Amino acid sequence: MQLATTNQCGTLVISVREGRIDAASAIQFKDAMRKATQAAQGRVVLDMSGVQFVDSSGLGAIVAAMKQLGDRRKLALSGLTPDVDRVFRLTRMDSVFGIYPSVDAALGLRASG
Amino acid sequence: MVPCPRAKDSQESFTIIGDGTAEGVRSILTELRQRLIALGLMSDQGGAVEIVLAEALNNIVEHAYALQEARPLQLHADLKAGWLEIELRDRGRPLPGLGLPHPILPDTSGPIGNLPEGGFGWYLIHNLTDRVRYNRIAEENHLYLGFVINRA
Repeated sequence: MQLATTNQCGTLVISVREGRIDAASAIQFKDAMRKATQAAQGRVVLDMSGVQFVDSSGLGAIVAAMKQLGDRRKLALSGLTPDVDRVFRLTRMDSVFGIYPSVDAALGLRASG
Repeated sequence: MVPCPRAKDSQESFTIIGDGTAEGVRSILTELRQRLIALGLMSDQGGAVEIVLAEALNNIVEHAYALQEARPLQLHADLKAGWLEIELRDRGRPLPGLGLPHPILPDTSGPIGNLPEGGFGWYLIHNLTDRVRYNRIAEENHLYLGFVINRA
């Protein structure tokens, strides 16, 4: 599971470089997220714009990645593609994560909408 | 590529076989999505079918087959008169109580540390299908997933 990380305005932005977070990749995703966020202090934005498909195992791994950040830190998600967005809405996980149309919107550089 | 025009009552069927592993599920879903595009399904309907089949096939791998890798997966699809029916057959363990589980959405209202990391599969299956049936016939599970289809 390939993740690309950048630090933007004090926020850790993690981009998923694979098209699917599913039963075949959920464990690798969780491990890669743990490594990527180990040293993070501030906000974390997960850029999902390259992910075409998430199943319930992938959803569980994204929830687990948020839990790894500790009790009070919400994981922000940006750029959900249509099939991924539907899974978050149907399971009501859209109310659990901060969801933004783009990384810029998540960083507050552009009005979200 | 522009899909060929087709009569509304035309019938199409296909079967996809794969390995009973998470990777096998992935390759079945990739082929299924390509087939659905070729049949002219709208992208959002193809997406709904793919999520349902991901959940149903992963259930077979993880529960019916209990992660025993040598067992195959079989998907058969029939599209006729605006109705897509997909049948999954496996020779693994039956569903508990020989019936479909109730579609209960796990509670997401508590603190982050208590959020559910699973239990969404059957809820997604019921929510995104128009009909679900299950039969246990001669040591074999038969799951039928039906969708009303509007083609482009």
